[in-house]
Amino acid sequence: MSNDSEHARHTEYSEHIVPVATYVGVFFALMIGTALTTWVAYIDLGRWNTVVALAIAVIKMILVVLFFMHVKYNKGLTRIVILAAFFWLGIMITLSLADELTRHWELNPAPWSVLLPYLSRLF
Amino acid sequence: MSEMAAHSAHPQGFAHQFEDVGQQRDAGRLGMWIFLATEILFFGGLFTAFIIYRALHLPAFIAGSHQLEVQFGATNTAVLICSSLTMALAIRSAQVGKPRGTIIFWLVLTMLFGAAFLGIKLHYEWLRDYREGLVPGFGFNVAKYTPGVEMFFCFYFFMTGLHALHMVAGIGVLTVLIIMAARNAFSSEYYAPLEISGLYWHFVDIVWIFLFSLLYLIGGRYAQ
Amino acid sequence: MSTATMDLHDSPIESSVNYLNAGHGIRSWLLTKDHKRIGLLYLATITLNFMIGGAAAVLMRLNLIEPQGALVEPSTYNKLFSIHGIIMVFFFLVPSIPATLGNFCIPLMIGARDVAFPKLNLLSWYIFVTGSLLALYAVLSGGVDTGWTFYTPYSSTYSHTHVIAAALGIFIAGFSSILTGLNFIVTIHKMRAPGMTWFRLPLFIWAMYATSLIFVLGTPVIAITLFLLGLERILHVGIFDPALGGDPLLFQHLFWFYSHPAVYIMILPGMGVVSELITAFSRKKIFGYGFVAFSSLSIAVISFVVWGHHMFVTGQSIYAGLVFSVLSFLVAIPSAIKVFNWTATLYKGSISYEAPMLYALGFIGLFTMGGLTGLFLASLATDVHLNGTYFIVAHFHYIMVGGAVMAYLGGIHFWWPKITGRLYPDLWARFAAFVIFIGFNLTFFPQFVLGYLGMPRRYAMYPAEFQVLNVMSSAGASILGVGYLIPLVYLIWSMRYGPPAGPNPWGAKGLEWTTPSPPPTENFEAPVVVTEDAYNYPTAPEKAHV
Repeated sequence: MSNDSEHARHTEYSEHIVPVATYVGVFFALMIGTALTTWVAYIDLGRWNTVVALAIAVIKMILVVLFFMHVKYNKGLTRIVILAAFFWLGIMITLSLADELTRHWELNPAPWSVLLPYLSRLF
Repeated sequence: MSEMAAHSAHPQGFAHQFEDVGQQRDAGRLGMWIFLATEILFFGGLFTAFIIYRALHLPAFIAGSHQLEVQFGATNTAVLICSSLTMALAIRSAQVGKPRGTIIFWLVLTMLFGAAFLGIKLHYEWLRDYREGLVPGFGFNVAKYTPGVEMFFCFYFFMTGLHALHMVAGIGVLTVLIIMAARNAFSSEYYAPLEISGLYWHFVDIVWIFLFSLLYLIGGRYAQ
Repeated sequence: MSTATMDLHDSPIESSVNYLNAGHGIRSWLLTKDHKRIGLLYLATITLNFMIGGAAAVLMRLNLIEPQGALVEPSTYNKLFSIHGIIMVFFFLVPSIPATLGNFCIPLMIGARDVAFPKLNLLSWYIFVTGSLLALYAVLSGGVDTGWTFYTPYSSTYSHTHVIAAALGIFIAGFSSILTGLNFIVTIHKMRAPGMTWFRLPLFIWAMYATSLIFVLGTPVIAITLFLLGLERILHVGIFDPALGGDPLLFQHLFWFYSHPAVYIMILPGMGVVSELITAFSRKKIFGYGFVAFSSLSIAVISFVVWGHHMFVTGQSIYAGLVFSVLSFLVAIPSAIKVFNWTATLYKGSISYEAPMLYALGFIGLFTMGGLTGLFLASLATDVHLNGTYFIVAHFHYIMVGGAVMAYLGGIHFWWPKITGRLYPDLWARFAAFVIFIGFNLTFFPQFVLGYLGMPRRYAMYPAEFQVLNVMSSAGASILGVGYLIPLVYLIWSMRYGPPAGPNPWGAKGLEWTTPSPPPTENFEAPVVVTEDAYNYPTAPEKAHV
């Protein structure tokens, strides 16, 4: 019962066919990224090692998502689903860390405790 | 089934709860993406815990990470990237109407890369780790390694183990797809199972990309 | 299609072709892909689960008649409250409205033929049954005594009860939730009938959509948490083990990241049902449709950032506690918006008091009380005093039982004519609603007082001065139990002897009321096109049916 004329559905996902060259290009980019992140790990960048490693991983992920998983050619709902999942993961990590990292702030007073003498003069 | 209009030649694989094939495709893909979102949260629990403990016990985690061999992790990363390429090409060959032999060729290659990943993991990494007393709960060498290192290896095995389970499931799915392709189930009109399985396979690849960076490379390797 | 006769023996229900008689025999039910039949399969399963969880509650309240414990040893009592919590939360409340009423009504309400993935829908029921059987195995083989919260290190290291079986049952049932939520989200996005725009959807659909978001985003986290708990129990080493530098509080963070939104899984569908009941039985458009719709989404979102209020007294950082406390106050706002809007809907409505409406009105009052008492618990200072007492027990039972279960019963009664094609005897239904209301309040109001006076929760014994209130609570529980049994009797009776309902016995608006009762398998006989808003009751209300 195909009523295409009555309610021609604007499909979420286009049937775009990605050229082989694009796939191969992304493949090489991913390989280079892997080599790069491995190489950088052997260089002492201090705290930045982690940042660089994660940044490269995120770029690789974006390439896989956009091209191999066709998200570049999809409409908005897919992107919302992906972003929502990461946002919720972010909530879990952030608020859990907010507890775990601040347990001993009594020993190192919180930044705003400098205000306490002034507040006590007000009240 | 009563008043439905006389069925003209049905599109391949059409399911009757839908109005048309476009709606069915949309629904299938949205469904798989939502499933992948649940997987992000599922693995995410482990990543959350890992991030917390790494923040609290960084030296121990670096010491643990240095027990892993980067070349195997990097090789496995490359292997999975190859498998993602071949998976994408398998779907593409269905999209452009290639014969089933071509589709099967790319699917088999994907499966081989997946199997290679698991083989390298099992033989060169996990087996060696076991022999060196690095597997918590299975003769962990508490004399040689600190509790923090044991914690790191809990995460290592839980995370790569869960990932490996997903790989095995993916290989199972590929097997089914190969059988379907052999029975001429796919065409340029109907390749939804390939595409949806491809999304799953690429997701498992992405998880590994992060596992490699977090487990093998944290804190850098320059201090070895 | 239906040859309507006036003879009850050859009723329109038997002679019409509907989803109940399309295909006979147990195979046609166990292999069905019809969302309506799957809803009924779930109804049977969760009713059985409710009885198991209820039995545990009966034994608990009998034990608490005497200060020294009248019935069971403390170790057994620990198992009773754990089983009661696990079964009621994971195997009754979480699936209750979504899997039964959601499955049945969503495609009907949006004008679709079925859900997006009917086979996945059936699979989710089988997964749920598997999880339920595992939980039942845990109960019968000796029980579990960790509390439904499974806190480490007791659950990971020291408990000698069937923790893994129970956790595995919950883990498996979680997949059932995920598949249901996934199915609902895709169905609501992709399968609405022409003309059914988002802002013409019934509010029950908005509530189910919001609930499905929580299913999909939250459930995987409890799954991985219980998985890690199981690993630690089996391997005797794991990430919650302090000996390795682990933090037992991490378990609580991961556990409550799901379990707090889970309580909104349990109440949001009920709120959706109440929106339907209030409009239908005041014959009036909902006041502030947009506000009610967005409040459902807001609750779903904000519910994910408040979980730390379960951990105020566990040693969590005070600063994190501050953040969680403020956010917990925030989550009360959308709930309050709903209560105000329902009340405004009632104002100048043409109100009748059939059983579903009684349940809806009971919900509004009891949920409000439960919600307000939550504010005492969201405040850090008062929570120190009230945490771990019966005040909390009363708080969540007011919401879960006074709220969610009332809404569930109201929804069952409201849609019963659509599901079965038959009317139940409303006088008995109203009587049962009163009995439940009285029994409920007698059971749980004394518990607020007990908690305030300091009686701890999860204790098999208590100081003698608390006995009077405990006896009142147990007496109320027996009345409540009787109240729950009454609908079982007349609803089953009505399936055979109730008068035929016709398509729209309540005169309500909504697509589900435009199709025969019971509906045909494909839901609608003619293609559905929607041209009006939800709750499009005439502004001069018609005379109420009484």
